[in-house]
This record gives sequence, structure tokens and C-alpha cells, in this order.
Amino acid sequence: MSNPLVDMQKPDVIFCIGTNMTECHPVAATGLKKAIARGAKLIVADPRRIGLAELSHLYLPLRVGSDTALLLGMAHVIAREGLIDEDFIKNRTTGFDEFFEHISQWTPEWAETITGVPAKDIETAAMWYGSTDKGAIYYTLGITEHICGVENVQSLCNLALMTGNVGREGTGINPMRGQNNIQGAGDSGALPNNYPGFQAVTHPEHQAKFKAEYGREIDLEKGITKVTALELCGDSIQAMLIDGENTLLSDPDREHCEHALRSLAHLVVIDIFLTETAELADVVLPATAWGETDGVCTNTERRVQRMRAAVPPPGEAKPDWWIICQIAQRLGFKGFDFDKPKPIFNELCRVSPIYAGLDWDRIENSEYQWPVPHKEHPGTPRLHEETFVNGRGIFSNVHYRDPAETISEDFPVWLTTGRRLQSYHTRTQTGRAQGIDYLLPEESLEVNPADIERWELADGEWCKMSSARGSINIKVKATNRSPRGTVFASFSFADVPVNLLTGSGYDPITHTAELKVCPVRLEPL
Amino acid sequence: MKDKIEIDGVEVTFAEGETILEVAQRHQKEIPTLCYDPRLDPFGGCRLCIVELEGARNPVASCTTKATPGMVVRTTTDTIEAYRKTLLEMVVSENREVDVSPLRGYASGELATLRDRYEINGHRMTGTTSGTNKTDDDNPFILRDYELCISCYRCVRVCAEQEGDHAINVMNRGFHTQITTEFDGLLKDSACTFCGQCIQTCPTGALGDKKALRAADQVGDTVPEKTRTICPYCGVGCSVDILTKNEKIVGIHPAMEGPANQGALCVKGQFAYDFVQHSDRLNTPLVRGDDGELHEATWEDALDKAAEGFRKVNAEHGRHSIYGIASGRAPSEAAYLMQKFIRVGFGSNYIDNCSRA
Repeated sequence: MSNPLVDMQKPDVIFCIGTNMTECHPVAATGLKKAIARGAKLIVADPRRIGLAELSHLYLPLRVGSDTALLLGMAHVIAREGLIDEDFIKNRTTGFDEFFEHISQWTPEWAETITGVPAKDIETAAMWYGSTDKGAIYYTLGITEHICGVENVQSLCNLALMTGNVGREGTGINPMRGQNNIQGAGDSGALPNNYPGFQAVTHPEHQAKFKAEYGREIDLEKGITKVTALELCGDSIQAMLIDGENTLLSDPDREHCEHALRSLAHLVVIDIFLTETAELADVVLPATAWGETDGVCTNTERRVQRMRAAVPPPGEAKPDWWIICQIAQRLGFKGFDFDKPKPIFNELCRVSPIYAGLDWDRIENSEYQWPVPHKEHPGTPRLHEETFVNGRGIFSNVHYRDPAETISEDFPVWLTTGRRLQSYHTRTQTGRAQGIDYLLPEESLEVNPADIERWELADGEWCKMSSARGSINIKVKATNRSPRGTVFASFSFADVPVNLLTGSGYDPITHTAELKVCPVRLEPL
Repeated sequence: MKDKIEIDGVEVTFAEGETILEVAQRHQKEIPTLCYDPRLDPFGGCRLCIVELEGARNPVASCTTKATPGMVVRTTTDTIEAYRKTLLEMVVSENREVDVSPLRGYASGELATLRDRYEINGHRMTGTTSGTNKTDDDNPFILRDYELCISCYRCVRVCAEQEGDHAINVMNRGFHTQITTEFDGLLKDSACTFCGQCIQTCPTGALGDKKALRAADQVGDTVPEKTRTICPYCGVGCSVDILTKNEKIVGIHPAMEGPANQGALCVKGQFAYDFVQHSDRLNTPLVRGDDGELHEATWEDALDKAAEGFRKVNAEHGRHSIYGIASGRAPSEAAYLMQKFIRVGFGSNYIDNCSRA
């Protein structure tokens, strides 16, 4: 997030797109509810009539995968109506003239033909967001899990840059991160393109720095992404070390994924349960869990916080860091002689400019949001206040693209996937928490009542749902949360493996899977 | 006298908009409250926070009265203390019990603490009670023990103001006052999301954490210990206290001063913690044997096997045949060492985390 969580109470116009925040980030959503109670206007763009849509003043029910078209249409109206922030554009950005030219063709009437959202509503959204000094954008995986995830994010940046809604209280471009330390995993350098602290591996200076640090020259080329690695399993990839991810259920196209992991010569999984993924491993190493492990995590607003052990682990379970050190030591790797987490975190701080002012003791009270470039620095709750990291904000002349697969005679219904309030990811945790079943005992497919009739299904009965990759059986639930022609299911339940069906394509730059769009066919069982 | 008031004979400053209670609390005055939660709009329901205000005919509720320049306030006169004691006696007399388990909720001991402070032990007022338990609500999380309700409305207000859900409200008045959902039904059939905020703000334990009470039954009667940490679910990073008894996790309290949540949690952070001590946990290393099955192994054997596999693949297929996937759920030390393992060990950037799916 460019802005801190406390800023969520401050905007006058809130634009939420592709984020089911009341279910996926419920506590963050309370901030938006307070802003609304104070008089802020809420615009929600989402294919489904989610909880946020019910709270909104303007709801834009766009067709799945059409976000770029909607955002181009909004940019067109903001420019046409003269709602741009000329000073901001002049002082802080580059490429506006070309962008202005580019968007003149993408009218809201055109956007209506792609998105299904009435042109006048696209205009209203643009007028509201373009007219305010405090407009904030919030998004989640509904924006990024598309083949055009990068264009979607760039389109949001265009809107913020042309209206100057960046770098101040109650503004910003705010992606909500989905896991308690997914930000920290990236910060720590577990990325094929970056060393710790987002230092590009392709930069010779960084290569030299880490050669000195790690005592070995590391490739100047980027590594491959996980998606590519899974593609190459059994071919050029022969061994994997997976820490705490149930890849088999969480990733698209489960059959492909299972085949990939089975074809490895060597698979080592570190986890707290014998997950579907761990069952395929040659060696499974039991890790300590949350509540048993001292360590550091970083949240969606870049706040670096301590996690603390409260109870001893079961049996012989050991912390992840200890396990990795032990394997490394057996292979003769240098720099893995740690006996507690503190010096590991302090080493991360030492090699990462964004953490340079931090250490284990300084983050005791959760005060710091990175970047914290030196010890006297108070942290950075709000990014881009004076300047952008790369100098100027760049406008992107994006084009709309259809999803990898579009509906057809064989697969005439759009399936979109996501999470629910009561279950989390593949339910390795919530599936083992007493009481959760009372609220959500099973998965069901959310179908519009008109579609139930059309495909001759029945509310509460099972149906067969098929995509180009496979079929699953799932119970039907009639609801107006799903619009006609679009159905929804979560990927949480192992007995309804929705990710057997998904996996039609990937964003070519980020390799993020298009989990939000999958044409399917529905048949009664 | 601009921006100053006098409290108990001492001149103090205040900021515009501050209430007398807030100014007094900043100056370590221990004014009793029951309906007050600093996160909520002032309510003025319990009247325990009354103070004497020079020039006012009657005592005023300090939680709803804004400080204005020149006010002269007395917080603890004999008269005020007598009022407070009588009010508390009436509140206590209505309830089935006052001493409740601290596991009912974060604030559940407030009434008992005030009863002790005002040394209320007799039964000057007995007879009429208020509140009817909602015994037919079989939800596994929230106990609705309204015989302990004192109609402070903190639950109603936290649900509306903090959570924004408006799931509960007040029915009837006087002794018949009842906190309830629409159509007096079950929480499950209301707008309730089981975030637990009502439990944690309740000052008497009328609303209680059923799950914590169940867990505590199994481990005996000791005072729970608290460990401050961060919720294991989404990326918001809510601060929580894990409650433990005899090395068993028995519940979760939100951290009221948590920078990301200020006391708020959701159903997962509040109630879905018991995966940690679940019997399905892996408690020993497993190694695949010649029979193709996974078997329990010692750490020595498992680590040797893990290392040997990487050494062999590296020798046979080269350093670009090995890949690492770090977790978005493990601490940063694990992610850092995962990337270090790949970069130091194999000189490649064949490392990613689970953020692409």
C-alpha cells in the first residue's frame, strides 16, 4: 500500500476494484466503513454483488476480466472534463501528452460495450474520483490475477497520476496483501528478480555487493518464476525445496501441478501439516507454527512487526530457519551457522537499504513502516510524498485485451474464484479450527437464479462444472450476488478442487495466473 | 485561562474537543466508568463518571461533557463517591453473578473490579433482575449470557461504530431491556460476522468467548498468560495477544493499541487459532522409503536425505535444476534464508515465494 491503514478513514472518494475487502481483509474494511459514515463516497467495481457493493454509492458490475476497459473509459472522462491535476502532471510525471492522445479514443460508450457497465455510470465514477482532492484506490487479486494484471495496475496508476491522488493523506494506490508475511517474503529477497530489499539482480553493483556478502558470484540474469519452474519440472528442474505452501491446491490447473511435482527427482517440503503437496515429497520436515515461532513479519502497509512464541511446538517440530540452516550446513554452504532468529533478521536489515535503520530490538513495538534507510529515520507511513522512487510517475498507454479464454458454445459461463470470510486459502488452518464449520461447512457454487433455470440446475443440488482442463462436482447455491452468466466458488475445499478447472493463462510479465477468469459449462448431475 | 481547566484544584491544559473524562484520564484521575470504551462515541449511560462542575446544578457525566476554558471540576468528592457507590450497588444487584472468568473477554472483569474498589459486598437492594439469556443460540463462539447484562450498549455501539455491521440492537426498556438481533433470532441469521468485538468490549462477561471457556475447562483453573504477536491470517497484520494456560492456547485477545487494528479482529483472527495444537500437526520428520511410502525418521536421517538429494541433482543436472519456494506465512527469517540457500548454494536466482497464485 502506498498509504497507511489509518488513512483508510480519510478519503472523500474511495474507489474499490477487484477487492472483496469485507471478507478478505475485514479489519481493513472497518476503516472504509468509518470513512463512509463520515460522508465519503464509495465506488465499487466488481463482477459480483459483494458486501462492499452493498455499502457503495455507485456500483459498477463489470464483466470479469474487463477492468482495463473500464479504467480507460474513466481516464477518458477525467481528461475530457478537464479534471486533471495540471501542476501534479507537470511537476511529478512524464508521458502525459501521449497518454492524453491515447485515451481520446476510449470513450465510456466503448467501455460499455466491453464491460457491460452503463456509460453514464462510468462517467459518474470518473467525475467523482476526478473531482476530489482525497481519492483513494484499493485493489486486491481481482486486479492482478489476470493475463493483463500489469495493464490493470498501470491503468489504476494512470488514474491516480492524472488526478494527483498520490502522496497525501487519504489518497494513494493501495493493494491489499493476502497473507500475513507475503510482503515480508518479497522484502527478504525470495524473488527471482530481486535480492533482499528489492535490489535488482540484474544490476552489476548489486551482484558485486552480494558476492562480497555471500562469498560467491550469483547470476546476473533473473531467475525463473515459480510458474515457469513448475512448467519445467522433470525437464530442466529436478529438485525443489518448498517452505509452507500447499502448491497443489492453491495454484491453477491442479493436474498439471501434481504431474510437475511428481516428476521431480527430489522434493523437500517444510510444513506444519502433511498437506496435499507434502504427500508428494521425498522428505517432509515438520516446522513450528504460528504461536510457536519467534520472528518478523511485514504487513500490507509495510509495517515491520514481531511475532512471538507462546507455546512449545509439538514433538520434534523445528523453526523453518533452523531446518534450512541444517540442510545448508550439510551441503557445506557458508553463512548458515545461526542459533536464533535475531541475527538472521539483523543480517537481512544490514543487506537491505529499505530495512537499514531497523534491527530486531527496534521493531519491538511495531512502530516502523519501511523504507527506514538509517537509524535516525522515523519510517515511511506514506510513499511518494515528495518524489517517486524512479523520479517521475510514468503514464502507460495500455490497451484492453480479452482474457486468455472467453466464453463459447462449449463453455458459456464465466467462473471467477476467490476467498470467503470464514475459510482461508486451502483450509489447512481454518479447516482445523473448531466452530468454523458451523458458519461454513462446505463449498458451494454461487449461481444467479435465472442461470439455475437456464442450465436446468436446482438450488442446493449438485452440478457438474467443466472447463477446458477438467470437471468437478459442486453444490449449487442460488444467489443474486452472482450476476447472470457468471458463477463464483472459493478454492478452499479439497473435496471441491476448483483449481482443477482454472489455469487458462498467465500475465506475461508477472506470471500471475488468471485465476479470476475461467469459462465453464454447468450441467445437472 | 484559555485552553485550561481546573481539576481537583490543579490547573491543566486541554485540546479542543476533549471531554472532561479524557483530560482527567491524561492526568491520572481514576474516574470509574462502565459504558465507556475510548474507541467509541461517548454515551453517558452508566453515569459512574459523573463529576462536580462548578456552576452546574447537578453532577455532569464527564464522558459526554466537553472541556471548555475556565471549568472547575471536582472528580472525587464524598457526595460524588456516594452517588457512584449507589449506582454500582443497583447495577450489581441486577446481575446473577459478578465474578466471571477472565476468558469471557478482554474487559469482562471491569464490573468486578469496580465492585471491589467501592467495597460493595452486602445486598442492600435485592429482588428485581434484568436480562434473559439467549440459550437457544447454539453458535460455537459467542455466549449470550444476558443475565449479566447491564445495558451499557457497548456491544451495540462497537458493532455499529467500529465494525460497521449493525448486527445487534436494543429491544424494550428498563428492566426488560434486551440486547438482540433483528427479529430476536440467532446471531447466525443476522448481519453478525462473529468478529468477536462485542465479547471483548463487554464489561461484565454477559457476552463471552465460548471457545475460550471450553478450552479452559480442559486445563484447570490458572490465570492465563498473554503473549503479544501478529495474527496468522491476512496481510493487515492485526496485533493480538495469545492466551495460554499450561502450554495450551486457550484464546485470543485483540490488542487495543495494535497499530493496524486498534482492537478489531475478524472471525479468523479471533477464533481460528486451534489449528496450532491440532492432532494433525506433523511432529516428526518423514522420509519416503523404498516401498514408496512416507515413514517417520530421525532429524539426522531426514536432513541427510534432504541434503543428499540436492547434492545429487546438482551434480547430475547442474545448479539451474534446483528451485526454492519461500512461504508468505513463515517469518521473514525463513524467507531470507530460503533465498540465501539458493543464492549461496547454487549461485542462481531460482527462488520465488507464493505470491503469484
